[in-house]
Amino acid sequence: MPSTAEAAPALALDGVSCTFISKDDPGQRYTAVRDVSLTVGAGEFVSVVGPTGCGKSTLLNVAAGLLEPSTGSVQVFGQPLTGVNARAGYMFQAESLMPWRTALQNVMAGLEFRGAADAQAQAQEWLKRVGLGAFGDRYPHQLSGGMRKRVSLAQTLVLDPDIILMDEPFSALDIQTRQLMENEVLALWAAKKKAVLFITHDLDEAIAMSDRVVCLSAGPGSRPIGEFAIDLPRPRDVAEVRNTPRFVELHQAIWGVLREEVLKGYQQQLAA
Amino acid sequence: MWKLIKPRQATLRLWQLGLLVAIFAVWHLLTKPGLLPPFMFENDQQAAFFFGEPLKIFGRIWDWFFANADIYEHLWVTLLETVLAFGIGTALGLACGLWLALSPLAAAICDPYIKALNSMPRVILAPIFAVWFGLGIASKVALGVTLVFFIVFFNVYQGVKEVSPVVLANARMLGASQRQLLRHVYLPSATSWVFSSLHTSVGLAFVGAVVGEYLGSSRGVGYLILQAEGAFDINTVMAGILVLTAFALGLDAAVGGIERRLMKWQPKQGQTEKL
Repeated sequence: MPSTAEAAPALALDGVSCTFISKDDPGQRYTAVRDVSLTVGAGEFVSVVGPTGCGKSTLLNVAAGLLEPSTGSVQVFGQPLTGVNARAGYMFQAESLMPWRTALQNVMAGLEFRGAADAQAQAQEWLKRVGLGAFGDRYPHQLSGGMRKRVSLAQTLVLDPDIILMDEPFSALDIQTRQLMENEVLALWAAKKKAVLFITHDLDEAIAMSDRVVCLSAGPGSRPIGEFAIDLPRPRDVAEVRNTPRFVELHQAIWGVLREEVLKGYQQQLAA
Repeated sequence: MWKLIKPRQATLRLWQLGLLVAIFAVWHLLTKPGLLPPFMFENDQQAAFFFGEPLKIFGRIWDWFFANADIYEHLWVTLLETVLAFGIGTALGLACGLWLALSPLAAAICDPYIKALNSMPRVILAPIFAVWFGLGIASKVALGVTLVFFIVFFNVYQGVKEVSPVVLANARMLGASQRQLLRHVYLPSATSWVFSSLHTSVGLAFVGAVVGEYLGSSRGVGYLILQAEGAFDINTVMAGILVLTAFALGLDAAVGGIERRLMKWQPKQGQTEKL
């Protein structure tokens, strides 16, 4: 039934819970997320915000198929997910480039694994698109943090995934580079209209970029506590959109929900 | 004048060479009969008897390589044993290290045996190998392999265990199959560990070869040394040691050369240029 498959959301998490068991002491359990249901439509840009340590990355790993949920299911375009999510590209928060490959070889990696014929040409094309056309022969340690993030972006997008998962991809960048990258991602997204699940702790970033913002409660056992449609007009400039009255309104509304959870999360970390 | 030869990057080799010459000069001064009045021994022949004389040692080496040209047969045997032990030991260590690191169950089962084999003083296996493989090359290679194997094995095992989980997850998301992960993530990640182990194992491969020859053989540099020792010919013993050291250094340099070519992705500490 192709018609229903097309109508199915790109990504649907249904009642997902993740409980981790300590390896040294099996009696110690930690439930990172509890009973989370979340959908991302095809072509939709959804951000998840929440206090630190609330299991945002756990959710993303579940969506990527890197982590099996304790309960609940994940569906990708209507199909239950088994193993690694082949239709998704994942941009990690930490350094994820292979240090023994040059920038170009890193971008090529995914194409190479798939046995694409013109891997090098495509990779070079994408490096150029993220502004690193002249840096293809550099190794990751020879690039700045912002450049490495851009290589990661090219590495993910060169495979043309239907779903893009991003885990605080720009949190390590300075504010100027960050806004440049955010605009770049928005432009690339607007051109291709992929489903994006974007994790961030920065509410401004979430509102400026997304169609929808989902708030998570403080952990342990985080769950969604609020969902806001962002009706700001597109195309947006992440730096300018922050000054519009509607942005301020949305920010206040979401912050009202999030504030208590952030304080709760902070108190828990202090107590621990 | 001092400014010209002051120790710095450019004159490093000069100083290293100078140190070597100085050591031999002191050695010569202390051992040459009649040069200095004896202060350690009763007569001036004894220092030369116990420690050898550099000039005679060099003469011995000259005879070996040029005048008589009779060392090549022995040197060839020892080098062959060393290189075979090094190659086989490294290949086995690499294969077993990868296999056990990637299958935790097998590793858990084998763990006590590997620990036992590693802590056993493996040189005592030499007599057994001599019985099993005879007094030819094979028994020496076997001894060298047991020495090299564990060094490489543990380093590969550790190297694979230390692969960055993020890089690994990223490669999986990029669609790498199990085989591709091995080839493109585990192996490159383990290479720095492997190379640090190779420098140690070159030396141990030599140890295996020479100790094996020492315990029973009819050819090889270890055999030459054993013969000379039986005749209290300390000069020849020293000459053998010098030759072996030189070749061990050569092999180590070869490993270093390959390492520099393969590991050029590793960050090196940069220095600003003073203008």
